[in-house]
Amino acid sequence: MELGQKRRSIRWRLVIQLSIIAAVMSLAFFLAVRAVAEQAAADTQDDILAASATSIADALYSERGEVRLELPYSALSMLGTISEDQVFYRIVANDVTLTGYDDLAIPAAQDHSRTPVFSTTTYRGAEVRTVAMSRAVSTGNLAQDVTVVVAQTRLGLAATSSRITSSATAVAVGFFLVATLLSLFAAQSAVTPLNRLTKSVTRRGPNDLRPVVSEIPSELVPLVDALNGFLARLRASLTRSEEFIVEAAHRIRTPLATVRTQAEVVYRQMEKPKNKRSVREMIRAVDESSRSAGQLLEHAMVSLRTDQLDTQEIDLVDLMGDICERVRPTCDLKDIHLNLDLCAQPAKILGDPILLQSAVHNILDNAIKYSPADSTITLSLEKGDSYRMTFSDQGRGFGGADPANLVHRFTRGANVSDIIGSGLGLTIADEVVRAHNGYLEIKQNKEGIGACVSLVLPVS
Amino acid sequence: MRFTRFACVIGIFFGLVFGANGFETEEQKIYSSSNATQTLRIISTADIEAFEPIVYAFQQQNPSVNIDYVVASSSELMKAIYEENASFDLAISSAMDLQTKIANDGFAKTYTSEATDALPAWAKWRNQVFGFTQEPAVLVISEADFSDLSVPTTRKELIDLLRDNPEKFTGRIGTYDVRISGLGYLFATQDSRNTESFWRLTEVMGRLDTRLYCCSGEMISDVAAGKIALAYNVLGSYANSRLKNTPGIRVVPLDDFLGVMLRTALIPEGARNPAASGLMIDFLVQLNGRPELNKLTGLPPINSLTLQEGSAMRPIRLGPGLLVFLDRMRRETFLRSWTNSIAQN
Repeated sequence: MELGQKRRSIRWRLVIQLSIIAAVMSLAFFLAVRAVAEQAAADTQDDILAASATSIADALYSERGEVRLELPYSALSMLGTISEDQVFYRIVANDVTLTGYDDLAIPAAQDHSRTPVFSTTTYRGAEVRTVAMSRAVSTGNLAQDVTVVVAQTRLGLAATSSRITSSATAVAVGFFLVATLLSLFAAQSAVTPLNRLTKSVTRRGPNDLRPVVSEIPSELVPLVDALNGFLARLRASLTRSEEFIVEAAHRIRTPLATVRTQAEVVYRQMEKPKNKRSVREMIRAVDESSRSAGQLLEHAMVSLRTDQLDTQEIDLVDLMGDICERVRPTCDLKDIHLNLDLCAQPAKILGDPILLQSAVHNILDNAIKYSPADSTITLSLEKGDSYRMTFSDQGRGFGGADPANLVHRFTRGANVSDIIGSGLGLTIADEVVRAHNGYLEIKQNKEGIGACVSLVLPVS
Repeated sequence: MRFTRFACVIGIFFGLVFGANGFETEEQKIYSSSNATQTLRIISTADIEAFEPIVYAFQQQNPSVNIDYVVASSSELMKAIYEENASFDLAISSAMDLQTKIANDGFAKTYTSEATDALPAWAKWRNQVFGFTQEPAVLVISEADFSDLSVPTTRKELIDLLRDNPEKFTGRIGTYDVRISGLGYLFATQDSRNTESFWRLTEVMGRLDTRLYCCSGEMISDVAAGKIALAYNVLGSYANSRLKNTPGIRVVPLDDFLGVMLRTALIPEGARNPAASGLMIDFLVQLNGRPELNKLTGLPPINSLTLQEGSAMRPIRLGPGLLVFLDRMRRETFLRSWTNSIAQN
């Protein structure tokens, strides 16, 4: 992936898309509410104007051949009930103004209809809503056409409209906020199965290659199937390579043993010191290869077993005692004293005895290997929150190498070239304690001489 | 005078003054303040004597304002604002209908303040016309004439009383001549709207040879002098303020309904100093908090509580309804009916 390119989150994409939808709907809602409400307000004004004009038209009468009007009080007062707008009116009979505001325009579209005609015009510098209505009034023999015009400014309407607009705005904004909040939840719940899958995969140990079985939505089934297929292939491939190593190590070790025996025989028959030295070198190389092959075999065994632990109850005190007994002959050869500092009670844990023996044996073997003659190796077992098996020697330590790196395969201390080793001992111990949910602690001794390695295992 | 510290009178012009403007004013008085920086020009229908305490109190609160107070009739006031280019900052009038028309026709400025917001809705219109007094139309009777008669409390009782005692009341009833008095016309038209008995009462008064007056003051004087026994639709605020130094009269508020006129103020569109007009309007609409001024002027301030107590009080509603009786055809018809009823002989 290119640097700086943003990873696009499904959740944020969902939130943004849902928010845009909410915004569009809020806007549509706002416009619709405002349009309907303003229309309703405008209709109310029109209705009252029409009622006013009708009541004026109804009050028209004729007297001595003239059209007369007794302007009804309610005709104008009713207009004052909805707002404090200005009110204008004009009554025209045969193009002569009978009463009212002489300069109030009569709507051009007047076709002498008996139904009210509405228009919006400007009068005295303000926008007015005007209604015009015609009525025939008979004066003696002839009927006169009388037009009633009533107009009202629209400030009340504007105030109503702005009130509606602000309420509609508030509701639309509220709707948008609530919808956005809900879309956050929706997006969160949509990606929950993904997160669950991610967690179930990341929680796994490095050697856990079982298929993924967590609950997943149908959309993720192909992905999980692909993942499981991949895991199966990986597992098969790993198993194959471990088997290959076992096979290879085994096939190398047996002929090497033969080579070594024959070399010993030859060595004894040699007389020239130069030749003897060469054969010794050869025997040493064979030992090293043999040990590496043995360690590789053991490591492969450990790797296989850690996938499928064969747990049973074991006592760490017994285990350490057994191994001490097993290495005592080697120690005696080098005059190394084993100092056991074990607790009196049994320290029982659930674990794989073969693996744990292998781990302890490897550590102890290292300690003996790097200890000088006539020194002491101290083994202790403490019980706190967890069991801590500590192996402390008086050897050369790690020569400045980073202890954390020593657990990597084939990594050895910086000062051990003269001693046979494969660089797999600590790797094996580390993998074993990890498989038992424990950890390996490697450091220089506090006193400055020797190494101190602890196997820490949880109390089960 | 109490407020000489704040104001001194520069000049008073009595009588009819024909200015260069062509509208008639009756009086003018300039109240200049000691540290005045501006002038507020008021055109008003209220007499100088009645309004003066308010002017002094206002100047005490706003010493930077000179006041030029011009008295004119309500119709001349309207003329001044409509036809002439006379620039006044404030128009104060008892003619609610004309004030409403000024505002409706777009000759008034809009003004809002905390004080005007506090006014009840019925006491203002469009934030242009602001009522600051509530003055009922009452019956004023001569106590001497009613010594042996029961005092009427409704229009119906008044009609019965007049019918039953023609010998006592013939020629001894007074009311406004609505043809010449704007206030009388306002009260009469609102009466006609509010009660069926108005036209019967007018008929009865017409038969009893009722005297017609231009002004409340003269009616009250004639009742006090015994020339007439009762006066109908007299401005209650005038009557009440005359009570204490006019023996022999009595104010009777009728309780079938009591028309209440609001004295109103508005800022004309051509006002040069609308800021000062706003100050005066705020002062006027808050008169309720100054009972001492109420005593001096006799002008009852706007008070919603008094309306709740006396349910008969019915303030004339500001709004386009007031334009109806200003309609020239409606006015013509009304005056013709009224004249036919009141002047029967």
